[in-house]
Amino acid sequence: MNKIIEKYNLSEHVAKFVIEAPMIAKSRKPGNFVILRIGEKGERIPLTIVDSDIEKGTITLIVQNVGVSSGKLCQLAAGDFITDLVGPLGKATHIHKAGTILALGGGVGIAPLFPIVKAFKQAGNRVLTVLAARSKDLIILEKEMREWSDEVLVMTDDGSSGRKGLVTEGAEEFIKREKVDECVAIGPAIMMKFCALTTKKYDIPTQVSLNTIMVDGTGMCGACRVTVNGETKFTCIDGPEFNAHQIDFDELLQRLRAYKNEEDQAKNKK
Amino acid sequence: MTENNETLNKGRNAQWRVELRNSVPNKDRVALERVKMTEVEPHERIKSQVCEVNCGLTAEQAVTEARRCMDCVTPTCVEGCPVNIDIPRFVKQIEAGKFLDAAATLKEYSALPAVCGRVCPQEKQCEIKCFYTQKMKKDPVAIGYLERFAADYERQSGKIQIPQVEARNGIKVAAIGSGPSSLSFAGDMIKLGYDVTVFEALHEIGGVLKYGIPEFRLPNSVVDVELENLKEMGVNFEKNFVVGRTASFDDLKELGYKAFFVGSGAGLPNFMNIPGENLNGVMSSNEYLTRVNLMYANQSDSDTPVMLGKRVAVIGGGNTAMDAVRTSKRLGAERSIIIYRRSLEEMPARVEEIKHAMEEGVEFMNLANPVEYLPDTTGRVAKARLQRMKLGEPDASGRRRPVPIDGDIVELDVDLVIVAIGVSPNPLIPACLPGLKMTRYGTIEVNEETMQSSVPEIFAGGDIVRGGATVILAMGDGRRAAASMHRYLQEKYAKK
Ligand SMILES: Cc1cc2nc3c(=O)[nH]c(=O)nc-3n(C[C@H](O)[C@H](O)[C@H](O)COP(=O)(O)OP(=O)(O)OC[C@H]3O[C@@H](n4cnc5c(N)ncnc54)[C@H](O)[C@@H]3O)c2cc1C
Ligand SMILES: Cc1cc2nc3c(=O)[nH]c(=O)nc-3n(C[C@H](O)[C@H](O)[C@H](O)COP(=O)(O)OP(=O)(O)OC[C@H]3O[C@@H](n4cnc5c(N)ncnc54)[C@H](O)[C@@H]3O)c2cc1C
Ligand code: SF4
Ligand code: FES
Repeated sequence: MNKIIEKYNLSEHVAKFVIEAPMIAKSRKPGNFVILRIGEKGERIPLTIVDSDIEKGTITLIVQNVGVSSGKLCQLAAGDFITDLVGPLGKATHIHKAGTILALGGGVGIAPLFPIVKAFKQAGNRVLTVLAARSKDLIILEKEMREWSDEVLVMTDDGSSGRKGLVTEGAEEFIKREKVDECVAIGPAIMMKFCALTTKKYDIPTQVSLNTIMVDGTGMCGACRVTVNGETKFTCIDGPEFNAHQIDFDELLQRLRAYKNEEDQAKNKK
Repeated sequence: MTENNETLNKGRNAQWRVELRNSVPNKDRVALERVKMTEVEPHERIKSQVCEVNCGLTAEQAVTEARRCMDCVTPTCVEGCPVNIDIPRFVKQIEAGKFLDAAATLKEYSALPAVCGRVCPQEKQCEIKCFYTQKMKKDPVAIGYLERFAADYERQSGKIQIPQVEARNGIKVAAIGSGPSSLSFAGDMIKLGYDVTVFEALHEIGGVLKYGIPEFRLPNSVVDVELENLKEMGVNFEKNFVVGRTASFDDLKELGYKAFFVGSGAGLPNFMNIPGENLNGVMSSNEYLTRVNLMYANQSDSDTPVMLGKRVAVIGGGNTAMDAVRTSKRLGAERSIIIYRRSLEEMPARVEEIKHAMEEGVEFMNLANPVEYLPDTTGRVAKARLQRMKLGEPDASGRRRPVPIDGDIVELDVDLVIVAIGVSPNPLIPACLPGLKMTRYGTIEVNEETMQSSVPEIFAGGDIVRGGATVILAMGDGRRAAASMHRYLQEKYAKK
């Protein structure tokens, strides 16, 4: 059981939690995630560790309410307990001095992108960030991102914040303007697919962090399999970050829909 | 073994044993038929994932079955048992009606007799070495049923003996993973006075006993009683803790842990790497069984979903395949089909599992091997293409090697495929301990007698050392590791 210390609603559907987890706070690295479970019949869901405070012994999670389990989490308040929380899982991001980093965040993918932006900046890189979402209220962490980026471009589908347009348009604007050495893109699978296609055109090495379906997160089940460079990999232990240009995104998109019917039913039932 | 023979003989010469032996002539013992386990009817039991199939023996049945045992001078059954349980002693204790004593005898050797009595492949271990099988070509004494009877009797009597533990010696040791190897290790170490913590990555204690083997074969309540006993003896359990991730070995050493037992299992499911294997509706048996057994996905109030199939194909012939295929029947499949590349005789699953599966209507397609899966328009698996095989020359395992029959490929309509072709060692621990010597199979290399690894304070056992093996072997490893870790720690810390 882990105690929720603070909770903020970042928007109608997105909440931020600061949770007591001293061991994880100490051992986690950017790119790692946790798996948590709410209630004795709860589902195990993966969430990226957005930040941590070793002294206070806390980690920060940001979650978008998209279904039953994320919804249950979003209903909790400061003082409540998370039934089970385990981590840090997954391989850490390879943070190094590359020169100029292009960071692309889509929707709730902005949350997992944040620790990576921060770490690349701390490692002495120039960081150019594009934050994109359907509309204004889905753009999160803008202030924090500005703090750790050299430049931030906000793009929305409907133009309600920043510029109207897609994340790839923002990306190309930076790429055409100056030399980009590496790119990181995190967001919905479809967004990462198009980011990968864009950076491939310019031959920019690109990492993405995949949000596959998971159960255990320790390599035991294979629910998280993904094809990378023609080989099957387990996202939870071989990833979650992979070379974007080697991923079979169409298969990934297909696999994400595996439980669509069950998810819809569950959501309607509750 | 000779030392063991002496103890066996001493026990055999005890007066009560001699009297019991002489009270019934062997020809009367031999005339008795092997007991039949009462089972829930197939059509009844497939309605429920939690209804245990075997009902257990009544006291009367158990005593009669125990009477069949002739209390041999050289009890060959004992040699067949991987942990050399003094089988005639506990069987004769049952015959004498001393059921709690029988349970105590079992506990001297096995940490979880109620589990072993249910899941050991007795037909390949103790029972195949029984005098009845070996010399008389008759059905062996039902050692497994009797083991289960004694353990269940003790549990249900409410008189479980919590073993005495020695005074705390203040030395902290850790067990990594909470499967049978770690549990038996923890039980022995706590008795010896150590401060024992078991770390488990999942939110439940028990390893495969909980997430793998289904309730209809091994009820969770049986495992839970054992866990409660360990807790009562003072073992600490830390769930949701991945050693190597949540904390490193160095972190744990800083917290005062002096030695470690790695029982992290062989959790990584193998796939065949054939086209279509990543389609929706194709999954590992671990995923399928975990969703059902650990996450209760088949119950309506669970948040975890599980794909249901009308035509389910399970690839493989081991216990895992049988558990998955029988689970699919219980979750409502119209056809549940085992697809195995060798013949029925060569299936590694326990004979009882195969028998139960057949009674439940599971179909067996032997000498067939999938080569490709094809999707429907929504991207879900719809067909399996199967290569027909025939048996060729014997291979390294002594079994006849299956060879493809050229051009003989059939298509089978399926909507769920469960791949149960084995597991590989869990790589988490080795990955975070570069100094640890591994075999080329990815298992941890240990001294076979002491279970000590190339890192002196790290011991290991169970599936992480053997690859996919058995519960009883895992428990034996845990016990041997405890004994040798005790020697190691006493030399290092005690006499200062
Ligand atoms: C390594 C990793 C890190 C993640 N980090 C975060 C994070 O920091 N914040 C966050 O909000 N989410 C994150 N996710 C996604 C999060 O785990 C899912 O949103 C969550 O499991 C959905 O569960 P649910 O029961 O609420 O929704 P469900 O009822 O399971 O699904 C509802 C809807 O969400 C979609 N969905 C389901 N699973 C996912 C998924 N894994 N990714 C995207 N959409 C999904 C479904 O297709 C469906 O339309 C991460 C996923 C992974 C694998
Ligand atoms: C479906 C199925 C059916 C089976 N049926 C039978 C049978 O009928 N008879 C039989 O004898 N055998 C059977 N077996 C095999 C038997 O279950 C195993 O051989 C036995 O459980 C191995 O025990 P173990 O102690 O090595 O660990 P396991 O039971 O494999 O447990 C290992 C545990 O360690 C945890 N872990 C791993 N890494 C870490 C880490 N870094 N930190 C913390 N925890 C960690 C895992 O989460 C897991 O819970 C079956 C196996 C399966 C999968
Ligand atoms: S532990 Fe297994 S092999 Fe040994 S006596 Fe019991 S059933 Fe037989
Ligand atoms: S989530 Fe189970 S193997 Fe990755």
